[in-house]
Amino acid sequence: MTHESFIALQEQQAQQKPNDQPKSVRKGVEGEAKPTRQAEKKDEQTPPVSQAAAATRMEAFVFGIPQDGLSKKERQVPLDEPPALPPNSDLTFIGKPTPRWDGPQKVSGRGKYTADVHLPGMLHARMIDASIPHGRITSIDTSAAEKLPGVKAVHVIEHTMGIAELRDPKQELPSKYPVIRYAGQPIAGVAATSPQIAEDAAALIKVTYDEMPFVVDRQAARAEDAPKVFPGPADAAGSAGGGGGPKDVRQVGNVHGPQLKKIGDVEQGYSEADAIVESEYFTQVQTHSALETHGFVVDWKPEEITVYASTQGTASVRDEFAEVFKVPKSQVRVITEYMGGGFGAKFGAGNEGVVAANLSRKASAPVKLMLDRRQEHINCNRPDSHQKLKIGAKKDGTLTAITLTSYGSAGVGTGAGTAGPATNLYKCPNLLTEEYDVFINAGPGAAFRAPGHPQGCFAFEQAIDEMAVKLNIDPLDFRDKIDESPARRVERNVIREKTNWKNRRPAGSDQGPVKRGMGIAQSVWYRFINMDSSCEVRVSKDGSVELMSSVQDLGTGTKTLLALIVAEEFGIPPSDVVVRIGDTRYPIGPNSGGSVTAGSITPAVRNAAWQAKQKLFAVAAPKLGTSAENLTVKGTKVVCKDDESKSFTIRQLASKMPTSEISARVTRGPEYAKERLTYGGVDYVELAVDTETGRVHVEKVFGAHDCGRPINPLGVISQINGGMLQGISYALFEERIMDRNKGYMLNANLENYKILGAREVPEIHVELVENYIAMSSTDAAGIGESAGIITMAAAIGNAFYNATGVRMRKIPMTPANVLAALGKLEPGERA
Amino acid sequence: MNRFAFANCTTVDQALSELKDGAVLKAGGIDLLDLMKEGIVSPPRLVNIRNIGELRGITSGPDGLHIKPLSTLSEISEHSEIRRDYSALADAAGHAATPQVRNMATIGGNITQRPRCWYFRSSDFDCKKKGGSSRECHAHDGENQYHAVMNNGTCASVHPSSTAVPLLAMNARVEIASKRGKRTVKISDFYVAPEKDVINETVLQPDEIITEIFVPKPETGTRSAYQKYGEKESFDWPLADAGVVLVMDGDKCRRASVVLGVAAPTPIRANRAEEALAGATISEATARAAAKAAMQNATPLSQNGYKVQLFQTAIYRTILLAAGQIDRDPSAVG
Repeated sequence: MTHESFIALQEQQAQQKPNDQPKSVRKGVEGEAKPTRQAEKKDEQTPPVSQAAAATRMEAFVFGIPQDGLSKKERQVPLDEPPALPPNSDLTFIGKPTPRWDGPQKVSGRGKYTADVHLPGMLHARMIDASIPHGRITSIDTSAAEKLPGVKAVHVIEHTMGIAELRDPKQELPSKYPVIRYAGQPIAGVAATSPQIAEDAAALIKVTYDEMPFVVDRQAARAEDAPKVFPGPADAAGSAGGGGGPKDVRQVGNVHGPQLKKIGDVEQGYSEADAIVESEYFTQVQTHSALETHGFVVDWKPEEITVYASTQGTASVRDEFAEVFKVPKSQVRVITEYMGGGFGAKFGAGNEGVVAANLSRKASAPVKLMLDRRQEHINCNRPDSHQKLKIGAKKDGTLTAITLTSYGSAGVGTGAGTAGPATNLYKCPNLLTEEYDVFINAGPGAAFRAPGHPQGCFAFEQAIDEMAVKLNIDPLDFRDKIDESPARRVERNVIREKTNWKNRRPAGSDQGPVKRGMGIAQSVWYRFINMDSSCEVRVSKDGSVELMSSVQDLGTGTKTLLALIVAEEFGIPPSDVVVRIGDTRYPIGPNSGGSVTAGSITPAVRNAAWQAKQKLFAVAAPKLGTSAENLTVKGTKVVCKDDESKSFTIRQLASKMPTSEISARVTRGPEYAKERLTYGGVDYVELAVDTETGRVHVEKVFGAHDCGRPINPLGVISQINGGMLQGISYALFEERIMDRNKGYMLNANLENYKILGAREVPEIHVELVENYIAMSSTDAAGIGESAGIITMAAAIGNAFYNATGVRMRKIPMTPANVLAALGKLEPGERA
Repeated sequence: MNRFAFANCTTVDQALSELKDGAVLKAGGIDLLDLMKEGIVSPPRLVNIRNIGELRGITSGPDGLHIKPLSTLSEISEHSEIRRDYSALADAAGHAATPQVRNMATIGGNITQRPRCWYFRSSDFDCKKKGGSSRECHAHDGENQYHAVMNNGTCASVHPSSTAVPLLAMNARVEIASKRGKRTVKISDFYVAPEKDVINETVLQPDEIITEIFVPKPETGTRSAYQKYGEKESFDWPLADAGVVLVMDGDKCRRASVVLGVAAPTPIRANRAEEALAGATISEATARAAAKAAMQNATPLSQNGYKVQLFQTAIYRTILLAAGQIDRDPSAVG
């Protein structure tokens, strides 16, 4: 494939937006019949009008990767943007590892999460869920609950969010209640003066059903005579976090799709191949398992609805409340001070938010509604997959063809595609991918940290490893041949130099029951920018500096990150910058999905800080006997350019302000160039497999990653550590288990839904590769998705092969699956 | 969870008089809290025995080991004489659950905890073990990857207590008190197979309290070990385990006790393994042969055949550990 077609393919991919991107509007939410089309078409890439006519200048930006030698890139930039930022090595705060300033608050319990919010007169609410996997509600009797002393409101859901909808609703009988399509589907909510009363009341709500046949197994659901989750074609508008599969594709029974991508001619490609590898791969359903469950505190007042939300998008939550309840956005305030994990599943109002708001409105009191752990597991997940993958290559490693067919189930939703890695990791002239969604009676899939990529990478990067073995090429060398990314090339060199790779042995070299091996895998993610990135920087006459934006800290250290940007511009310690975020009363910032936060908001913040500083210089300089043009920040001082021995502090300058406040409000401008960029990493794993217990012990992980200009390397590495751990957990332990006979999730708890613990954490090293891209005034980029979650299952799979000579084509790699793959089951048994 | 009364007791007599009309005992409260949250038990009154001094303490005498039921798993695992003379028990107590749980969980509660079977534990299922109407065991044609591979015809749950395994291998006895007086039950009779009583796992009656666990003094030459295997090291339930007591005469094994915990609804002796070891010189070969013999009569279900292999590994490696021929297995969990 030419570079152009690779870019074109990425354009195609990017136009769909990442699955993890927030959508402000969904279909058919409760409280309103239909959304407006205009809202749905809202284009996040359109620059705001105010910036459209700005005059520009040429600016030379640092460009490239330090290991390759840095160069300069000329870009046209608006006049109201600051000068180009030098490389991190020449900066004072940016690029220096900085502990997150709210860390002590978090670990000491002083940080206030949504669950910690307690308002005067607040009621406690509980959701009532479906106790059957499929059927029609015939009656809901809430009278006993309503009579219980302490109960203040009951709300029955009229339209459930997050579930795919029939293209032709007439295919189902009209009903007062939503059809139940999975066990645990929310039905109603009750608010009472205590959590205990709410729980008692929930138990008093009587729901009767007409039960219908159901299916909870992806493979079984594909059968022609399988019970149908929907009586006809259905499409998902996406979960609150976006996602959702292609619309208006064919649907036969429960099988929705395919979504097709075709480049070149794969048959031609295979005819040119010297080697072909072909196999099937299976991945499981992973639930988000955020430590803080989904939840809201809603205080509905006639003049304003205040929403405390556990969300990764204060703006998207505001927009959805406004839309559902038909109130102006100006009358909805969303606050997220601390956030206990979202991973892609916490963007909108959700059923629980809408129920909490209805309860608050009915009871005229604030209402807290947090999902319980079981509900948290049931209502969002990463879809499973069954992938058939075939790749062809020439003797020298050149890829000639890739074919991927995937079937995945997002339960009652869609969006189980896995083609991202196969499509975007390496160059290949011939590609055919067919992605199918399979409906089953289980909770809806939602965007989950690099949607589709961990599944796709598990299959594709093992197939690449298998091809390397077949061609007798070192797996790193093989990727040098097929990977055009300069950053990944540098990262492979880091792996070669700093890991044990050179001592890698042939597969299955160990004799005893415990076998050791090493493997690598690569990740790819895409540069997406959310133009709804605004902020205000304010300087007060006492010299104090504040930054305000509605952008929230998803848990990645956004507050600290933004403080570094402002601190660098003013030459003041980051701890002196007051960062106020997570409140829609501030200028609207980006929702945190698709790894957009750092890349989207930091340029706005730097530009606002610079503009505020210029205004300050303009009013203060004359009073200090110099000119604004002659002032510049050097390290932690403001100095005169013509005589650097003359220096001032920001406080001294501020004291000269004629007004009590100077501020600058900025919305992010467009990227400096129209280029599609990827981020990624190369991850290395060393492990031991005990072939008599089936335990896989990951002993060492080394990752080399790039994400533009790292602003706070400590925060970046922390995210990569977390991604690796989540990836190891996905590869070895986590799996939603559904009871095939009754349709319930059996392990909707943290006992049998197994997540890696302290004892499973390997030694981890991360090296960041700076990659200056000259795309914005900061060149920052997100790392959330490409941070280890994508690669771990594949890297562990490749290391497993190196250890044992056997390929693990199914995850999680539990003793059951490992012993089965190793042929260690007694005859007549099946895993 | 239901509302309940809370009776704080400081003597066994006081506890016994409170223990009526559906009241249940609370010591560490670890398992009870789970059971109440899932609605499996809804006792109107909890009888808190945690502050009863006479139920605390461990003494090691010439006749054996006297463990009072409120001894925590941490206390047992750290007790120097238990570590020396009853090491399998120290192993089992020291590797159960998590450090936090071990600091709270008592041995009395540990050996009477209810099974972890997800059909039993979930309020979605009317398992017969909870007195439900379902006659079949849901695990038989359901999701049974974690279930029993032996004696699983009536109920396929696995026995949950790790400490019960060495206690059975060491022929422990349980002293029980009620208003009717005291009785002592061999631990082999303490657990009841589901074929006899599908609802209760032990002979303990609702009005009874365990007042002591006694372990007879081991013969000279006795060595013991316990190891468990599973998916995770941090806070996970084992998928296979073995408690091994060997009475050694030089290199030769005079007599062996091999007990499996999570193989069946109750802890069971692996008689065939014991027979294979009696009189044998312990080596990897004899240990593996004994392990194979132990699992000969396994009856795995549709998804848990792998546990047969896992048990064989657990048994042979724990025999070798007990015999002092290998170190504690890094692949073991907990």
